[in-house]
Amino acid sequence: MGGVYACLGLALVMIYQSTNHINFAQGEMAMFSTFIAAMCLQSGMPYWASFLATVAFGFVAGFAIERIVLRPFKDMPETSIVVVFIGLYIGVNALAGWIFGHELAPFPSPFPEKAPFGTTLISGHELGMIAVVLAVVCALYAFLRFTRVGLAIRASAENPVSSRLSGIPVSLMVSLGWGVSSAIGSIAGLMVAPIVFLDTNMMGGVLIYAFAAALLGGIDNPWGAVAGGVIVGVVENLAGAYVVGTELKLSVALLVIIGVLLVRPSGLFGRKLVTRV
Amino acid sequence: MSALLEVKRLEAFYGGSRVLKEIGFDVVDGGITTILGANGAGKTTTLRAVSALVKTAGEIRFEGRRIDALSTEKIAGLGIAHVPDGRGTLFNLTVEENLRVGAYLRRDRRHAAADFKRVYDYFPRLRERSAQQAGTLSGGEQQMLAIGRALMLRPKLLLLDEPSFGLAPLIIREIFEIMRIINAQERVSILLVEQNVSLALELADHAYLLETGRTVKSGTSAAFLNDEQIRRSYLGF
Repeated sequence: MGGVYACLGLALVMIYQSTNHINFAQGEMAMFSTFIAAMCLQSGMPYWASFLATVAFGFVAGFAIERIVLRPFKDMPETSIVVVFIGLYIGVNALAGWIFGHELAPFPSPFPEKAPFGTTLISGHELGMIAVVLAVVCALYAFLRFTRVGLAIRASAENPVSSRLSGIPVSLMVSLGWGVSSAIGSIAGLMVAPIVFLDTNMMGGVLIYAFAAALLGGIDNPWGAVAGGVIVGVVENLAGAYVVGTELKLSVALLVIIGVLLVRPSGLFGRKLVTRV
Repeated sequence: MSALLEVKRLEAFYGGSRVLKEIGFDVVDGGITTILGANGAGKTTTLRAVSALVKTAGEIRFEGRRIDALSTEKIAGLGIAHVPDGRGTLFNLTVEENLRVGAYLRRDRRHAAADFKRVYDYFPRLRERSAQQAGTLSGGEQQMLAIGRALMLRPKLLLLDEPSFGLAPLIIREIFEIMRIINAQERVSILLVEQNVSLALELADHAYLLETGRTVKSGTSAAFLNDEQIRRSYLGF
């Protein structure tokens, strides 16, 4: 499960890096993309083609949502934007229910059922998922750190005025950031669906864990989100099995969130903002 | 010499209120022009108006072309680099990344690499700290970084907003000396807004005085230094 938390956590980190906001609708957007993937698969497309189509859909959808839904609220205070996110959460969820219905459906995994070397500690899907997440985080890290556009996205998030004075088209960068993060979110959806079944509410719990993962690792650090995801996944299941029981598993994530905010708000690997005047 | 930047009947607005009423000035190609005035006279707003960061009316020409309808990004693309009030440091990025942001519009990779060296040669302290998070720099170093970021654009015109603000006299000397070199050796024209009037007149060749959103006086720096009223109000002797 840690891999899924890490992946969605990454999407949260990405949006945070490009807009300084936490997108509460991230999970719902991922869920919607996963339904698109299910449609592609039903129409007979091979898995990896559907995968690519879904990621592309996620990118375009994220880009469009920023342009259409968020742009008008650009200069509003933080609380207004949070309300917009909640509206987006409910809206996307309702839209998915209206279009795709509310029945649970199984979703295929691209990976073989049995893990190699005959190990039973981990399933084939989980192993594949870990590989996918590692590939995504490496690609994202390289994109943000080494490319001109990645740097421009980070600069735009941090100081829009300074960035514009250097000639960076900030509004385009914000939309791009949304596109990339929504694409990453759809990968998370594709990876989690074979485990939890395809359903309009499949991301509800996952988002809270992802949120805990991103916070624990440090909201501004992609590697932190992955480490945080793994830690949250392990702690959740250990606590669920031996300490609090499965019914209270979700509260473990909430405890992690509160604990991090109290003890170390910048997360385990987050950069503390050091400012000298 | 021809005017690189010409500003005529410039007005600017914050929300509904008109903060610049009638501003007019020129920056001569290759020259250094300074805008003086008391707090709240509209000096910073004038620079922000040139970069289209505020709503304006009136005429702004750069190399003879109207630029008052262009976006901030486009204006930067023409070769106008703005070192903003408060230095505009990107705190979470490293010093080197800050400079790379300044080079965003540069298509010629190889020359951009030479420009890193040029900026580091002007400000050796930035080279020492190139991998450091920019938020950890001192005020003077951040000012150097802001000027360095602007230079990475290979500007024709440099807009400088209060470069001496909050800095120690020794650092101010160093920064002003480098601006003089940049102007003389690279023919970068400079429009300087500065609280420290004597320092500004020492560097600039032309000066304009603003009072509550209007240009009320213009002339050479030498004429300003000899003006009885300016000396009494702004220089204190």
